[in-house]
Amino acid sequence: MTTASNDAVTHRATGADTGVARTLVVVTAGLSQPSSTRLLADRLTDATRRQVTGTSDLTVRVIELRALATDIAQSMVTGFPGPALRDALDAVTSADALIAVTPVFTGSYSGLFKSFFDVIDKDALAGTPVLIGATGGTARHSLVLEHAMRPLFSYLRTVVVPTAVYAASEDWGTGGGDHDLAARIDRAAAELAALMQARSPARVTEEAVVPFAQQLAALAVDG
Amino acid sequence: MQFGIFTVGDVTADPTTGRTPSEHERIKAMVTIAQKAEEVGLDVFATGEHHNPPFVPSSPTTMLGYIAARTDHLILSTSTTLITTNDPVKIAEDFAMLQHLADGRVDLMMGRGNTGPVYPWFGKDIRQGIPLAVENYALLHKLWHEEVVDWAGRFRTPLQSFTSTPRPLDGVPPFVWHGSIRSPEIAEQAAYYGDGFFANNIFWPKEHFRRLIDLYRDRFEHYGHGTRDQAVVGLGGQVFMRQNSQDAVREFRPYFDNAPVYGHGPSLEEFTEQTPLTVGSPQQVIERTLSFRETFGDYQRQLFLMDHAGLPLKTVLEQLDILGEQVVPVLREEFAKGRPAEVPDGPTHQALVTRRDTEAREQEVTA
Repeated sequence: MTTASNDAVTHRATGADTGVARTLVVVTAGLSQPSSTRLLADRLTDATRRQVTGTSDLTVRVIELRALATDIAQSMVTGFPGPALRDALDAVTSADALIAVTPVFTGSYSGLFKSFFDVIDKDALAGTPVLIGATGGTARHSLVLEHAMRPLFSYLRTVVVPTAVYAASEDWGTGGGDHDLAARIDRAAAELAALMQARSPARVTEEAVVPFAQQLAALAVDG
Repeated sequence: MQFGIFTVGDVTADPTTGRTPSEHERIKAMVTIAQKAEEVGLDVFATGEHHNPPFVPSSPTTMLGYIAARTDHLILSTSTTLITTNDPVKIAEDFAMLQHLADGRVDLMMGRGNTGPVYPWFGKDIRQGIPLAVENYALLHKLWHEEVVDWAGRFRTPLQSFTSTPRPLDGVPPFVWHGSIRSPEIAEQAAYYGDGFFANNIFWPKEHFRRLIDLYRDRFEHYGHGTRDQAVVGLGGQVFMRQNSQDAVREFRPYFDNAPVYGHGPSLEEFTEQTPLTVGSPQQVIERTLSFRETFGDYQRQLFLMDHAGLPLKTVLEQLDILGEQVVPVLREEFAKGRPAEVPDGPTHQALVTRRDTEAREQEVTA
């Protein structure tokens, strides 16, 4: 699965025990086509799929931020998302789990990656399990995951899995051993799958309204 | 159904000439625009309230009082009055005074404001935005409905045996709208009091406002003020017209592209598709505006934003001519068709007085 389009794929896991349907959304901020960021995102996605056992239907939706770059900038300016971005935001905020992968730009996540999460309501992802990944030219930037990505998702009150996956160019050409890229991908995917399956399926929450009498009572005001 | 205009009161350079009007010019232009609104047969003029450049209307009742003296029929309103940072006692006094001077041609719209520093400038905490809106309005409501008020709240000094003067004209306070762009709490507040709810309807797609208005209608019925169809709804809108739609697009584009709020973002075409902005012929504006009823139900007040983004006064006055002569008469006729009898008209002082008297008589009969 290496197409650059935003696509949805339904995967029927074998040996599923219940009829629980879940959605995994993958956000990838790679800019080139093909991109190593997308490659890492696909590897993480496939590994997560393999780890999911207790789910009969797993829908995977991949969101390429490159295709939404203009919409994201316009949303910053107008304050509301256009239709394509709205659709992507709805997918992300209603996901059972997220995989988020960015290239490292100038010592951090890319501006496009940050901007996408900037237009998401700060409470909308609370409690969502997230697997974070990043790509870069050398391994020197790998702490971007711990010093930039993890705090960003902590601010959003997501549950970030302990293993974050960094892929430098050289990782694509090395293999074997417990610490190679494939092993880290599998470990991270197992952590994400476990969190996703332990969680009740994503709920579409209607905006709850606090009855007005309660708003007044909270202020000890007699309306 | 009432039709009118609402103004932000921005002082913005005309992007086609680079010329920026002075504050004095802009203030006088706003008065001219209000008078023109009455002249072309519109029902309402509403002004915003701002406390920072490049906006001039910091003192709405002063401006509206002046306009009241120069008009005969126009309802004078706000869009919005800051219920968070103004003292509710002063709002009660100022608008009751204006209501007397204007012989009842006054209502007002509560809003929280969208400029962060205004809160600290007026000694308030922005994190308390919603609680301030809730408590301050509870006090304002009490001051207008009860002669002698004892009060203790969280945000202002207590009151003992306080009477807000002048008392509302004929004992009936100005009608209140609550405006909100995104907060369901405000729709709930409007419903609780049986007040009106105004959806700005300019910057966001209509689906967003439909959710807020549906909530308001449901809760209005829940609180026993009438059926959901009897809830009092106002909508914003934004138009630019020429007889030939291509001329409208060509003339408005530089103003759109450089507009303070949405300029340098989406194209005019994208924005007109995604929001209620209509740039085209009077007929296109008529069709678009009539479609609001399909989305939001029969409603009571339609306000258009006409004088922003540096449009010169002459152009704004031309727009008002087109609005008053070619658009609103058709809208009045079309909106009246198929409108159920139980759906109320736009609120006026006289209607509120009549309703109060009717309800009093009914109570006497019951007693």
